[in-house]
Amino acid sequence: MNDHPPMPGGDRPGIGPPLWLLAELTYRCPLQCPYCSNPLDFAQTAQELSTAEWARVLRQGRQMGAAQLGFSGGEPLVRQDLPELIAEARQLGYYTNLITSGLGLTEAKVCAFRDAGLDHIQVSFQASDPELNNAVAGSRKAFEHKLAMARAVKDAGYPMVLNFVIHRHNIHQMNDIMALCERLGADYVELATCQYYGWAFENREGLMPSRAQLEKAETEVNAYRQHLAAVGAAMKLIFVTPDYYEERPKACMNGWGSLFLTVAPDGTALPCHSARLLPIDFPNVRDTDLHSIWYDSPGFNHYRGDSWMPEPCRSWDEKGKDLGGCRCQAYLLTGNADNADPVCGKSPHHDRILAARTAAEHATAGIDGLIYRNADNSKLLFRG
Amino acid sequence: MTDRLASVPRLRPGFRFQWEPAQNAHVLLYPEGMVRLNESAGAVLKEIDGERTVAAIVAVLEQQFPDAGSLQTDVSDFLSDAEQKQWILFT
Repeated sequence: MNDHPPMPGGDRPGIGPPLWLLAELTYRCPLQCPYCSNPLDFAQTAQELSTAEWARVLRQGRQMGAAQLGFSGGEPLVRQDLPELIAEARQLGYYTNLITSGLGLTEAKVCAFRDAGLDHIQVSFQASDPELNNAVAGSRKAFEHKLAMARAVKDAGYPMVLNFVIHRHNIHQMNDIMALCERLGADYVELATCQYYGWAFENREGLMPSRAQLEKAETEVNAYRQHLAAVGAAMKLIFVTPDYYEERPKACMNGWGSLFLTVAPDGTALPCHSARLLPIDFPNVRDTDLHSIWYDSPGFNHYRGDSWMPEPCRSWDEKGKDLGGCRCQAYLLTGNADNADPVCGKSPHHDRILAARTAAEHATAGIDGLIYRNADNSKLLFRG
Repeated sequence: MTDRLASVPRLRPGFRFQWEPAQNAHVLLYPEGMVRLNESAGAVLKEIDGERTVAAIVAVLEQQFPDAGSLQTDVSDFLSDAEQKQWILFT
């Protein structure tokens, strides 16, 4: 019963519908995590979409077949209309995910969101102890509140889904993190090693673990999985390793404009939440409906298929599998988004990945050397 | 086996089962995930309502698909698989 029927096409041959819609409601956030995936110039972003504009986007997306909806940011809780948007989304038939730091969340909100039809709340943590957590988050009282909110989420009948971003300053805490999650009664735990886009690219040297650190962490996760199985715990551990230690590039977002559609706070529509950094003109939901954006815009068609590929991708017999890797990584590391993802051993720029690995072996910088994600730093980086 | 037939399957918290016209299929939705179900998986999950026992679900399906013969093994195997995948719980 596991072989799924082939996907029907969307409204254009070869282009399926966007099944996942990510609504980045705002770039505002009370935290300052130095690995934030928001663009570096977030402070210059134009006015956020209104409630009515978001409702229109949700309706258009659902009509096209989107079934999974993420509310993220920034911190989506700063939007006062969040309960309204949740109710609208649920009524349209979306499975609604709220991706939050937990700051600004209260037990009353957890219950109100549930009554509005929210399906799932993911609470992100920065570490397993208050000192490190709060240092990374750039906030003094974040940790205790996150613990309380993780419990409130479970008490309200949602699955408990926790997310930890892993980097060289907390990777030694893997066992403590997993034990904390088990004590809390988590259902899913995402241990996501930083990927280097946005602020994380700016801070890569200060964040990237060494290969030895990563391998130790992987061993610990596998051992913990065995422990969970032995005690019959249903907690699922999802460990995400950074591309920088892979030998083959990933098929980014399952293919450009193939499943995922992100709408940024100002209405810019993107094939992934990082793509804003690319020198491509992306459409805005204020000017164009989502259907035209997905199927007809030059931005979304830019890297569909494989005719855009240069060598070595063009002649590579697995190009249909890895799709040339990640366009953002190619752009950040080579200056040209058309190039092969340098993670690929065949890329002429693979030496840049090797250099980053070598740098990670010798990095000594402390947490205080990281550039925190806040409006001041955003303006500073873009003063030109 | 007897125990299993008398037990009641239900979707795990956070899981939702629904028909998706755009995919022309039933899907199972869960935190940041979606499984597109084939027809038989969809037919079984559709009958899970948190009250029916496995035996009752088998009976309903055998009524719906009279030409299929006995479905007890197929349904039980699928539900065990679904339990292992942590889609459903038995009570």
